[in-house]
Order: sequence, then structure tokens, then C-alpha cells
Amino acid sequence: MKKLLSNRNLRSQILTYGFVIAAFVVLQLVAAGGGMSSSLKGMLVPICAYVVMAISLNLTVGVLGELSLGHAGFMSVGAFMGVTAAISLQNAVPAPGLRLLIALLVGAVFAAVVGFLVGIPVLRLKGDYLAIVTLAFGQIIKSIFNNLYIGLDARGFHVSLLQDRTNLEQGGRLILGGPMGISGIQKISTFLAGVILILVCLFVIFNYVNSRTGRAVMALRDNRIAAESIGISATRHKMTAFVLSAAMAGAAGALFALNYSTVVANKFDFNTSILVLVFVVLGGLGNMFGSILAATALTILPEVLREFQDYRMLIYAVVLILVMLGTNNAKLKSLFEKLRPRRREEQS
Amino acid sequence: MKKFSKTLALALALVLCVGLLAACGETGTQGGQQTQTPETPDDEGAAAVVIKIGGTGPLTGGAAIYGNAVKNAAEIAVEEINALDGIHFELKFEDDQHDAEKAVNAYNTLKDWGMQISLGSVTSKPCEATSAETYADRIFALTPSASSTAVIELDATADPITYKDNQFQMCFTDPNQGSASAQYIFDKGLASKVAVIWKNDDVYSQGIYNTFVTRAAELGLEVVSDTTFNDDNAADFSVQIADAQSKGAELVFLPMYYEPAALIFNQAKAAGYAPAWFGVDGMDGILTLEGFDTALAEGVYLLTPFNADSTDARTVAFVEKYQARYGDIPNQFAADAYDCVYAYYQACTAAGVTADMSAEAVCEAMIEQFTTMSYDGLTGDGMTWDVTGAVTKSPKGMVIQNGAYVGLD
Repeated sequence: MKKLLSNRNLRSQILTYGFVIAAFVVLQLVAAGGGMSSSLKGMLVPICAYVVMAISLNLTVGVLGELSLGHAGFMSVGAFMGVTAAISLQNAVPAPGLRLLIALLVGAVFAAVVGFLVGIPVLRLKGDYLAIVTLAFGQIIKSIFNNLYIGLDARGFHVSLLQDRTNLEQGGRLILGGPMGISGIQKISTFLAGVILILVCLFVIFNYVNSRTGRAVMALRDNRIAAESIGISATRHKMTAFVLSAAMAGAAGALFALNYSTVVANKFDFNTSILVLVFVVLGGLGNMFGSILAATALTILPEVLREFQDYRMLIYAVVLILVMLGTNNAKLKSLFEKLRPRRREEQS
Repeated sequence: MKKFSKTLALALALVLCVGLLAACGETGTQGGQQTQTPETPDDEGAAAVVIKIGGTGPLTGGAAIYGNAVKNAAEIAVEEINALDGIHFELKFEDDQHDAEKAVNAYNTLKDWGMQISLGSVTSKPCEATSAETYADRIFALTPSASSTAVIELDATADPITYKDNQFQMCFTDPNQGSASAQYIFDKGLASKVAVIWKNDDVYSQGIYNTFVTRAAELGLEVVSDTTFNDDNAADFSVQIADAQSKGAELVFLPMYYEPAALIFNQAKAAGYAPAWFGVDGMDGILTLEGFDTALAEGVYLLTPFNADSTDARTVAFVEKYQARYGDIPNQFAADAYDCVYAYYQACTAAGVTADMSAEAVCEAMIEQFTTMSYDGLTGDGMTWDVTGAVTKSPKGMVIQNGAYVGLD
């Protein structure tokens, strides 16, 4: 039974990787053939960013079992820091691919550091309290970026809060202008980079979940007291998962922001956090493949519904309710099970 | 029983969804596409020139009032133009929910539709994102109301600053409004001690604030109180009002949209503080705000290029038509959008644009026209554009009297 289980895990992993790669190849072929609409072409990179957001939050919510309502905060940190890095290196690193890689890493590192700092108080809490504190964290990050000024000139970086006191020299550039956000970003994100980021994140998550730490984290999720009684340190293990999740969200943020010419802090508000949480819940807690599908479908859906004009958001909501009801319906579930005979054999 | 009710809920939701789809399908075919095609294109045969205009703006969400005003007014203008001989327009307006990401999505949808010239986006940040796209795709864009300078700038770090050659604005830039307001207050001698309350997470508000303060310092206006608010605490202004009151400000400058301004008027009255109020174009629309006691706005000054109470024949006709159709008085955004479509009409006619021209060819023709032509519209006479894409027109000072805007000059 145990062997079978690990086999099934492996199979679902291969299926997930395979799906991402196959989707990439098919979309590239369609694009090369000229059959892709501008609308879909424009959504490829944001979809990748949302997929990474969804699978990284799934690590916190599905694997770690803690409800986080401030995931967009990490995305925001990654977005602003990644873009700042990309702009600063505009002349030093002319190759856009390399610059994008550095920006993603910078975004991930900063988000991980913030994740660590936030994790210290947050992971001592449980359940509802934890959810509320992460919610507050998301708001705080938004406020900070709305009041943060970062400038760059010959003397280096200048940072100030609340008011622009950067006093830049001639030829300096105010990168982040408080509520103005960042303007004039060179768009260097590509679909290929997005797909590679998804694959790297999937690789990290699958290996993490199947590692010693991952099993410890799941033991903590299922029964904290029992796990602690056999010597598993709750704070340490939770922290690794939380920081990992934050780092991936940071990279997603950098990828997202570098796809537009402008970015503002208000984009990463509570609504965005909830949107990502919806991807996770819809795709299934702990189910990475489901998160990928849900994030993709729910990003495309509002655009497909454009032809319904004023009813667009209403239909979006109704579809969401339907899918939630449908995926939780016992009869439908058993129907899906019947459609998958191989899986039934394994269970028997 | 539980199982049954779940199945019932699912079935009901399904029915609702199917019903909705059916209803939408109908409106979709009955001009719900938000397009205004000329009714009888066949009458003119193959010679009929129909140019596709696209635009994005917030039709839903917090900023929906601006997007809808622009869409409504543009529809009126397109309809009027299509009733005339000559060039006809087809308009499609997409929702961007005041969000850069959605605006780019909406823009791409319009591109798939075959848009030849663009109205850009209604609000600043989304327009900044779409202007990068229109610049790269060589589609000409004239935004009615996105007033941030970043919309028309290509590289703000270059020396001198470079501008996108195919991005034009119908409205003033934010910095322009700030310095014009300070100048106006100084010229009319409205006050010597001024308070400013501004929204520090809003590009529009900050852009105006920055230049207002700089210009006020140059002119010798004393800014005695300088307080801020943001999205999350835009309900209670007692601290800001008390600060302005205690420091003896005779005039409070409000570079913001009208919703928070309405609350400020209300709370200042409760606090027994009655300074002169001065707003900019975002204040326009306060009189039509639902549930707002217009007596509170009595005596408010505002600097806006459009006056719905003007006796100018075109303005009267536009206001009447707009009111008859949509039930409220058009604001400055609507007037700017109306002007945009007519400016396009003038430019396309002069350049002899034809329907089969590619967006790129139209773009080159429009750049040439807009940098050389002069246009008379609702929001000003003799408007001209320079190569940067910024408009030159003169703002009009207004004051609210007996619940209506009255020109000061």
C-alpha cells in the first residue's frame, strides 16, 4: 500500500510537470502559427504569476494548514524590490534575460526576509488569530509601499518614508514614488521565464513535501500536540514552509510587475490575497495541479466573459459558486471517481 | 434531506446561470456590444468610411462614475457624427476596473476587435500601462482624462525628457492644474493663508499637490496646514479639519475627487469651520452625488475647463442630450470625451483617413494632424497640442451658487 501511494504521488507529479510543459509547447506552437489572439497573448505572463502565487499559497494553506490572508503582501514586496533591482541594473546588465533572473531572485530574497520577520510573531498563533494577523500584515505592507520613496543617483540608493526627501543629484532617478508607484518599467518578463518559474516552484514544493521537513509539517497540520510530543519543533518547521511560500510569492510578484510599464501598491490589496486564496480552495487544498488549473481558468474567465458586458462580474460570481458547489458535491465526486477506473483499482 | 437540499441548490444555481446567459445573449446582439454602427451603411455603398475607435475605462468599481461618463459622452458624439455625411465611427468601450492589469487585457481585446484609433484609458495609472502598449503597437491614442505626465512620457530619466510621439491628452496634466490653482488663488486674492488636504496614495492628488505647493511658495501664499489621508481612512477628516482651523487657514485647497470632498464639507460644517474651499477638476460632479446636500458646497471654487451651465450653444445641446438620455448633468470627463471624438472627426476628415488604412498608417496621419491643428470644443476654444502630446487650453474658474456651477470670469 505504501509503495502504491508513493507511486501515485510520483504519477501526479509527473502529470503536473507534463501538463505545464505540454501547455507551454502547445501555446508556443499556436502563437508561432499566428492563431493566438492578442488578448490571450497578453495574459500569458500574468497567468504564470498567478499560478506561482496559487501553488505557493497552497504550500501555506494546504500543506502547512494555516490560513494566510496576506499573501499579496509578499507579492508586493517581490514586485517592488524586483522592479527596483531591474531598473537599477538597466545599464549594468543589458541582457534582459539575466536582468529578469536577478530581479526574480532579489524579489524572492526580500520576500523571504519579510516572510521570516512576519513569521516570528505570526506562527506562534493558531487558526483565526493567524489569519487576522496575516490580513493586517498585508495592509501594513500596502501602506508602507504607498509611502516609500526610493531614489538612485551617482551616490547610491536613497530611501525615505512619508515624504520625498531623497534629494537626488542631477541625473538621478526616483524609482519608487510613494503613491505614484513605479513608472516607466521596461517590460522584460516573458512567457518562457514564467513557465520556468512555475516548474522550479513545483520542483521545490514537491520535493519539500516529500522530505523529512515536509512530513513533519504535515504531521503538525494534522495534530500539533501529537507531533510536538514526539519532538517535532512546531515553530521551526512551520517557519521553513512559510518562508519558502513567501519567497515564491516574491518571485511571482517580480515576474508580474515586470510585465507592465507601471505598478502601484494598491494593486496588491486584500482583494488580490483573497483571489489567490480562491484559486487554492477551488483547486483543492494541497493539490498543486488543481491550483494551476484554477488559477489559469479564473484568470482567463473574466476576459472570456467580456462579451456579456454589464453582466460579466455577476456571471463570474455565479460560475464561481457553481464550481465550488459542483466540486464539493458527493454525487459528482463519485461520478468523477467512476471515470477514473485505474485509480479505483489502487484504492481497493 | 441534506443531500436533497444540496442538489436543489446546485440545480437552482444552474437554472439561474442558464437564464442569465440567455438574457445576456439577447442584449449582446441588440447593440449591447456598446458599439454604435451607422444605421444604414449600405446607403453610401462601399464609399462609407467607418473608423474603429476603442477605449478602456472603469465601468464597474469605485471609479465607475468617470468611466461611464466618458463612455456615455463618447457614444453621444459618435452617434451625432454618424448622422452626418463623411467619416463614420464605430465605438467599443471596455471595462478596466481602474486597474493596470485589466486595462491591458481590455486593450488587447480591443486590438483583436480591430481598433484603429484609441481613446486610451480614462484614469491615469491604467492609461500609463495601455499607453506603453499603444506606443509599441503604433496605435494613436488621445485620452480624455488620464492627466498624469507619465502617460505621455517615454523616458522621464532622459535629459531632456523624451515623450511618446503618439500619445495625446485632452485634459490638463496634473502639475499644470496645481500651479494654475495657486496662480488663480493669488490673482483673485482669495486668501493668503492656505490649508491643503490631499490623498497620499493617489497619483492624481499628489501630482496636483506637488506643483501647487511649489507655485504657492513662489507666489508667497502661505501653506499653514498640510494634511493627508488615504484609501483606508477616507471617512473621518476631523483631524485634518481641526488642524486647518486651528492654524487659521482662510482657504482649504482640496486636490481630490469629490467623494472625500463631500465628507470634508459635511464634517467641517459640524465642526463650525467655514473657510473658502477650492477644488480642481475632480471636484466636478459633487452636485450630482447621491444623497449630498448641495447647500454644503455653496461657495466652493473650482478650476475646471468645462462648465455645464455655459450658454454656449454646443454645450447647451450636449448637456440637454446627455441629461435626457442618462439622467444627470455631464461632468468634465464627459465633456473631454465628447471633445476627443470630435477632435478625431476633425483630424480624420482633414487627413482623409479611410476605413482600410492600418492602425499604423492612421497613427502617422493623426500625429501630423494633432501637432498642427487647432480645435474648438466644449472644454475650450483654440486648443492646440505640442509634440509632447500635452494640450494647451485655458482653465475656467467656477463657483457653486444655489446648487449650480457659475463661471467666475
